Amino acid sequence: MAPQNYSNENISMNLHEYQAKELFRRYGMPVPNSMVATTADAARAACDSLSGSKLVVKAQVHAGGRGKAGGVKLVDSPAEVHQFAGELIGKNLVTFQTDANGQPVHKVLVEETCEIANELYLGAVIDRASQRVVIMASTEGGMEIEKVAEETPEKILKATVNPLVGVMPYQCRELAFGLGLKGDQIKQFSKLLTGLGKLFVAEDLALVEINPLVITGSGDLLCLDGKINIDGNALYRHPDLVEMRDVSQEDERELRASEWDLNYVALDGTIGCMVNGAGLAMATMDIVKLHGGAPANFLDVGGTATKERVAEALKIILSDGNVQGILVNIFGGIVRCDLIAEGIIAAVGEVGIEVPVVVRLEGNNADKGAELLNNSGLNLIAANDLSDAANKIVAAVGE
Amino acid sequence: MSVLVNKHTKVICQGFTGRQGTFHSEQAIAYGTQMVGGVTPGKGGSEHLGLPVFNTVRDAVECSGANASVIYVPAPFCKDSIIEAAESGIELIVCITEGIPTLDMLQAKLVVEANGARLIGPNCPGIITPGECKIGIMPGHIHQPGKVGIVSRSGTLTYECVKQTSDPGYGQSTCIGIGGDPIPGTSFIDALGMFQDDPQTEAILMVGEIGGSAEEEAAEFIQSNVTKPVVSYIAGVTAPKGKRMGHAGAIIAGGKGTAAEKFAALERAGVHTVRSPAELGDGVTAATGW
Repeated sequence: MAPQNYSNENISMNLHEYQAKELFRRYGMPVPNSMVATTADAARAACDSLSGSKLVVKAQVHAGGRGKAGGVKLVDSPAEVHQFAGELIGKNLVTFQTDANGQPVHKVLVEETCEIANELYLGAVIDRASQRVVIMASTEGGMEIEKVAEETPEKILKATVNPLVGVMPYQCRELAFGLGLKGDQIKQFSKLLTGLGKLFVAEDLALVEINPLVITGSGDLLCLDGKINIDGNALYRHPDLVEMRDVSQEDERELRASEWDLNYVALDGTIGCMVNGAGLAMATMDIVKLHGGAPANFLDVGGTATKERVAEALKIILSDGNVQGILVNIFGGIVRCDLIAEGIIAAVGEVGIEVPVVVRLEGNNADKGAELLNNSGLNLIAANDLSDAANKIVAAVGE
Repeated sequence: MSVLVNKHTKVICQGFTGRQGTFHSEQAIAYGTQMVGGVTPGKGGSEHLGLPVFNTVRDAVECSGANASVIYVPAPFCKDSIIEAAESGIELIVCITEGIPTLDMLQAKLVVEANGARLIGPNCPGIITPGECKIGIMPGHIHQPGKVGIVSRSGTLTYECVKQTSDPGYGQSTCIGIGGDPIPGTSFIDALGMFQDDPQTEAILMVGEIGGSAEEEAAEFIQSNVTKPVVSYIAGVTAPKGKRMGHAGAIIAGGKGTAAEKFAALERAGVHTVRSPAELGDGVTAATGW
């Protein structure tokens, strides 16, 4: 899924499972042998370099729930690999985490299988409360960790990482004993978790999850699945990670918005919203709802509402066929509102908008701005404050 | 009285001669903030906006007696700038820049704390004591000296609070934009504690957002430590739950993070909540009886 960024939170970049596993390998974390393929033929050819009587073929999409959605299959022969890969590649996979259209499958991972004695969970995240990287481990692997956290929080073991020293060996041992590991598994776990700690910091991760981390039939640890989110703010220092971005997994409009530095998230209502500031943008959605309307999107135009950006924002909002009206809410701050009004008028003129547009401008020269809007001859309705704006747009769309 | 900044606060600007630093320093000077200089490495000894430019924060502190610094440098360099300020004796560091890597902030905050300094932000509008000292990008003219302390995670939504408390004539003691990043230098709890101790502040307006658990922690703090009336609004009731980041953060916090949970926690703590961002000012009226 595309990064969802309603609040001021950092946008993160998602990796595919095969990319996460590449990083795991680089940091000495054990993963099964596997090959990535973009065609059915390549998938069959991959079987030559993999061993074992059974292989698994896994659709590579940015969404969880692939197994239940038919995106993962155990197969017995290269012919089956070929057939299943052919069925997946080029199709969209719909899971409980995707929208109704699903996510496009362009690649599959063909992987060796192993006997599974036990499934564990291991993850790391930046915890806002402690302001540290926190490691989470659980014996309840293979399940949704959110569910475990809700129903049996005592089954999630945690370790807080001191940024001065990183993950310490004693923390690895503590978690390993807590997970019930024995003998050589404790050493293996320590090596794995030390690698994970280094990976997290060196690659600027926001989240990493290994679910499940399995104990194989022979008693060894193996990362069977991998999920990584990278801190979007740190991408400038990771050109190799930027190359891993797969824009085919991102929402088209959100992608277009991000190219203009606009923060856009599609919703299912009818009132398009254009606001400066993430908090005010959410507040605007809230007040539209309170007044009986339904917001069609979240859109933060950021600090500089120039004519070009406003025009682009309006185009993106209007590319949503459900939009029946637009509410523009700009608290101008230091910028003069008459300049913003001119920008809006020019943009509306250029884009050619047929739905009603309610504009609320606040800040310097707000009166002048409102006057310009009212005299523009365009279908622009000036509003005085937030309530007035919400009332006017809900009334205009209701007509 | 006020909180953290007043007319005696001596402010320098890091990133002084850049576009942002120049524009907002001009605004601050025009507002009456006691700007005493700025830092741009390599331009030390020159003058900008009628003020001395220094090569290092240490020089600036020694020569100008600055005790506060505002940072407008680009995100990749902010960790360095924040740490430079903290280790050069600056007491109050205000970082406006957005987009700083989270792990950079995690380290920078450690150094700030070790030096006993206070950081506001990053990714925030800054801090203002109306009529005395404006540090940041907020429009000065909407503010009014007065008795409401405002603390908010959002920039433009803070302006909304300011307007709605200026319109009825209540005014603001100090407004603190703590910023929306996962690792803010100053938390709601820090701000609430300072407002509780400030005689000029008679009521507190706190604006939160979905995500994280800062509002829930603030609620617990209010219950046992704040006797002044607190009014609160949480933005994002209509935002569908975030896909992963929100979840992962919520795992640690034990399932907190939605607007409904935050409203409930605040109400249990005796906070007067408002559901509409248009009722921030009315909420203050109702909670205080003004």
